[in-house]
Amino acid sequence: MKSLEELQKIKERALERRRLAGEGSRARVVVAMGTCGIAAGARDTMTAILGELEKRQIADVVVTQTGCVGLCEYEPIVQVQVGDQDMVTYGNIDTDRVSTLVEEHVVGGEPVEKWLVRK
Amino acid sequence: MAYRAHVIISGTPEQAQEVKAALMGKLDTLGLNEEIEVREATGLTPRSVTMASRGVEAVVYPEVVHYAGLTPAAAELIAEEHLLKGRPVQDLFFEEHPAEPLDAPSAKEVRVVLRNVGTINPESIDDYIAEDGYAALGKALTEMTPAEVLEVLKTSGLRGRGGAGFPTWLKWSFARAAVSDEKYVVCNGDEGDPGAFMNRRVLEGDPHAVIEGMAIAAYVVGAQEGYFYVRAEYPIAIRTLRLAIEQARDYGLLGKNIFGTDFSFDLEVRMGAGAFVCGEETALMQSIEGKRGQPRTRPPFPATSGLWGKPTNINNVETYANVPQILLQGGEWFASMGTEKSKGTKTFAIAGKVKRTGLIEVPLGITVREIVYDVGGGVLDSRPFKAVQTGGPLGGCIPEKHLDLPVDYESLASVGSAMGSGGFIVMDDLTCMVDMARFFMEFAQEESCGKCVPCRVGTRQMLEILESICAGTGKPGDIEALEKLGASVTQGSLCGLGQGAPNPVLSMILNFRNEYERHIYDHKCDAKVCRALIEFTIDPPTCIGCTRCARNCPVDAIAGKAREAHVIDPEICIRCGICAEVCPVDAVFVE
Repeated sequence: MKSLEELQKIKERALERRRLAGEGSRARVVVAMGTCGIAAGARDTMTAILGELEKRQIADVVVTQTGCVGLCEYEPIVQVQVGDQDMVTYGNIDTDRVSTLVEEHVVGGEPVEKWLVRK
Repeated sequence: MAYRAHVIISGTPEQAQEVKAALMGKLDTLGLNEEIEVREATGLTPRSVTMASRGVEAVVYPEVVHYAGLTPAAAELIAEEHLLKGRPVQDLFFEEHPAEPLDAPSAKEVRVVLRNVGTINPESIDDYIAEDGYAALGKALTEMTPAEVLEVLKTSGLRGRGGAGFPTWLKWSFARAAVSDEKYVVCNGDEGDPGAFMNRRVLEGDPHAVIEGMAIAAYVVGAQEGYFYVRAEYPIAIRTLRLAIEQARDYGLLGKNIFGTDFSFDLEVRMGAGAFVCGEETALMQSIEGKRGQPRTRPPFPATSGLWGKPTNINNVETYANVPQILLQGGEWFASMGTEKSKGTKTFAIAGKVKRTGLIEVPLGITVREIVYDVGGGVLDSRPFKAVQTGGPLGGCIPEKHLDLPVDYESLASVGSAMGSGGFIVMDDLTCMVDMARFFMEFAQEESCGKCVPCRVGTRQMLEILESICAGTGKPGDIEALEKLGASVTQGSLCGLGQGAPNPVLSMILNFRNEYERHIYDHKCDAKVCRALIEFTIDPPTCIGCTRCARNCPVDAIAGKAREAHVIDPEICIRCGICAEVCPVDAVFVE
């Protein structure tokens, strides 16, 4: 890192990549993978989400991870953003809920109200 | 009358009555009323309160099928399908996670330290840079002198988040003033308080914020090397941190001539081996040097003689993580949050008997009540609030009368508690304050490094007294002995562990002396926790003779025939409470 300008360029590149990823994909799915999430089964949830997308041959969904959201009580926590809609947070997303979540929200575009965390 | 099945219904009385009537009516029509008994769970126990929140529930015995959210129509369906045809109705099964809305009002939260945690990908440095990451370091290195950075920190009023609350700018200025060709900065990530995990969350969720804060500190004090000391119990934090350091090196944000200046800085991660005392700064540095982690006398303070005898600045994870935002948004911005003497925000780990356990960041000065009820959602099962333990095993408790106390360094200290690193353990009326004190004292006694006699011997003596009070063999004078010993241990110990170890007991005696007296003089544990002071009995008219308690009793202390009232033999009973937990009709009472 030689200068503030160089940092600024990396920042712009990162933001541009984010924008392109947003445009090129129909949805973003973020799994909270802090220790609390993993203890509650976030790894299995992540695997199930990737498996479900593969099964449905959906390639334009970005699946990524983040740290602890703070609601350890509701782990595993999954955040979903479809298109330009606001990102929403789901609690207690065990593997048996993944299929419905993908079906109704990621594919259907309708949030699964009953599992939402109300802010 | 021998029934082939029992159905136990619970819920609010009116709704449960309605469902029960519908079920019994249907059973009558089906001609099953002599084969199946329907009963309501008695009493408003904690368990039935939780159940009520999921609507009317029913459990069908002997197969133990659990239904929830029942309406009269659903009950009729169960009668027809399950009880007549033997086909349990899957759609009505109780779900472990109720599909009811999850609430998490975040209005009282303000995120500075945690601004990126739970939003960015911690394994991507680009994600951090996209959120203005490393801009503060760039600004400090290229546009500010170390003295100017200190001035901003002074204006911000940031104080150490590890517990003692020492002004950060002052600490940095001491290390800066020390003359030496080699200096170090150290990050204390040895978060050891039971129930505290704020630092882990920051290290796992936004590691670059801490790295950036350390680099800024290194620039100010004139250090070239830094050490992260993270406990080995945090493997994910350590992995994330190591990855972050590598990425920062690749970008030249660690290494030589950062931002084209002559400032060079690099970092290493060292793992703690599990000793609580290594969270104490002098013991921590001994541990980094590869020696046995034991505190030493201060002065000399680390700022003049720290790691390998060189001037060292040591701060907690959260303190460093605050620094980049303060530089970017200004000292005044940070000082606009919090109270007169405690500025900014603080992270807390809410745990214990609270509805929403988790991690929060709130402005200092928020009241205990707001944290427990607004952010934490209130006491678990809506039970009465008893106290909250802050500051972990070296802190103290805050009773109900201080619920409106503002949470800041001075206020907490004024009621005999402490800020500590941010543990916040909520206790309800089922928590025994003698047993809780015993737990914390056991922790302190086990973790005492043994260097100072008052701590090594005193904590053991205090633990023995507490154990005897819990065992029902407490003597008059025990409370006074605890107070006297506590004062000696506090005065005669070198480090925070010994000085703080008596705090939980002393503050619990201060606020709940009556409970200690009840244990000693009346041999009663009103919270019904201390096993030697309680007895389990079965109420004969309530007992349905389902034999579950007898089958689950680990010591075969329960006798009784099927469908007849059971009896517990107090001589054999070990007071484990399993019978009360498994009883479907709440027939087991604790005295």
